[in-house]
Amino acid sequence: MKLNLALAQINTVLGDVNKNLEKHLTLIDEAHDKGADLILFPELSLTGYVLQDLVSTVALHPDESDPIFNQLLKASQAIDVMVGFVEEDQRNRFYIASAYLSGGKVLHVHHKVYLPTYGLFDEGRFFAAGNSVSAFDTRFGRVGMLICEDFWHASLPYLLWLDGADIFMFASASPGRGLPGENKTAQPGKLDSSRWVDDITRAYAGLFTSFVIHTNKVGFEDGLNFWGGASVCNPDGESIVQGPQHHEALVYAELDLNHLHRTRARLPLLRDEKSALVQKEITRILLANQNRSTP
Amino acid sequence: MPDLSIDTELTRTILTGFIKTEITRSGFSRAVLGLSGGIDSALVCYLAAEALGPENVLAVRMPYKTSSQGSLDHAQLVIDALKVQSMTVPITEMVDPLIERFPDMENRRKGNIMARERMIILFDQSEAFKGLVLGTGNKTEILLGYSTLYGDSACAMNPIGDLYKAQVRQLSRVMGVPQPILDKAPSADLWVGQTDEDELGYTYEEADKLLFLLIDQRYTPEECVEVGFSEKFVNSVIQRVRRNQFKRVLPPIAKLSNRTIGYDFLYLRDWGT
Repeated sequence: MKLNLALAQINTVLGDVNKNLEKHLTLIDEAHDKGADLILFPELSLTGYVLQDLVSTVALHPDESDPIFNQLLKASQAIDVMVGFVEEDQRNRFYIASAYLSGGKVLHVHHKVYLPTYGLFDEGRFFAAGNSVSAFDTRFGRVGMLICEDFWHASLPYLLWLDGADIFMFASASPGRGLPGENKTAQPGKLDSSRWVDDITRAYAGLFTSFVIHTNKVGFEDGLNFWGGASVCNPDGESIVQGPQHHEALVYAELDLNHLHRTRARLPLLRDEKSALVQKEITRILLANQNRSTP
Repeated sequence: MPDLSIDTELTRTILTGFIKTEITRSGFSRAVLGLSGGIDSALVCYLAAEALGPENVLAVRMPYKTSSQGSLDHAQLVIDALKVQSMTVPITEMVDPLIERFPDMENRRKGNIMARERMIILFDQSEAFKGLVLGTGNKTEILLGYSTLYGDSACAMNPIGDLYKAQVRQLSRVMGVPQPILDKAPSADLWVGQTDEDELGYTYEEADKLLFLLIDQRYTPEECVEVGFSEKFVNSVIQRVRRNQFKRVLPPIAKLSNRTIGYDFLYLRDWGT
């Protein structure tokens, strides 16, 4: 089975959901015309990233009654859509969220669990942390969605893998940082943060023998640059598509989902994973940490 | 000793993107900058010309009667090479009346007056030319506080404020800044014979390396000494960085209400764009 993807690595207007929605709808049409089955947008694609006090003014509810989601749900009749937004829950807590829309329905919403609040990041000041993670079924197979910092921790991709995810969809609004020296042979033209994300997405794909798809914001917010660089890695841990650095683009990729069969026949890491042992040892370790006088 | 080299093409892409995006998102298409004849403003001029097109850049030379002819000539080299728009506004007659009013004024006060007069001219041209003022301060001087508050540090945005002097030099070379500018000793040229390194008491090369370890790499002072810097030098730089933090932040507003500017009224400058 083939999955035709469109990765939108795009710029946004900071705090203007309506303008951003227009751009989403235009790109959804374009991707659909080009034969894509699914289009993925970056973290907070409907709002922009450094929202600060704008958070409460741009929040949405991912259902039909919401005037913004209403239009996205209509568009998802023709093509599946993963979109980034701020969700306000019943008790007025705000989350960085991604929603997967298909056939006019919201299949799943993920709330960002790990909120970086260090250095230039201040997400914990403005957002509630998500308190769960789970894979979900789509017409292409079982999928795990994560947002930026979520996949900088091995724990969440690992849990999604155990929960059955064969396709990982990562959305970022990652500020570029770490200017490499001229002698770094690794990869010219990439900031260290870009190189790091490329390394770990390839590693996850290889370790979990799954597809890993990543899309990221492009543009500037004050002095922060966002580096794009959308990518797809196959279950062998190979990078098969790379979007440009620092330029907006709609990047197309065709995934051969039968690749999962071929890789896992050769390398049955998933089959051999001992999740009961993991649970046993995590329980022991956490108990031991609690009982120690200093952690 | 740390490697301060940079990926110059990547830097160029990001900095020209920054200038173009930050200017156009506010509804402008042009930039204004003070072109001193030094390497920092030369580099910013090259970046701006590439980002916006030379016809959209106004380079302003603002000599005082004691400014070196070399500075003026070097600025002209940049203007001729890039074909940016330019003007020369001497500041002598604007600042001398104030200086003469206080006959025992030291050089430093005079220098600050000149720097602030240049700021006035640039911001006035910003309105006349309908362009935003580009800052030209580099990371080394910003950290060391080697600038005039509301003088040369005043701008709408600063594309090179995260580059150490050595990195400014490397990028300037690659972008084609004229050789005489690359070669000469950095100087604020506020009085005859002034050089940055005489004033600081150490070279930019040493300062760059130490600051990179202290600030970027978060080395402790003891770790810097272990690597080979003198304790006296390390302590003097640390003190200087701390004492000049006031030049890098908004003046504090006394908090009384539940929502105070600078504390809990938090929006980016790019709000809504």
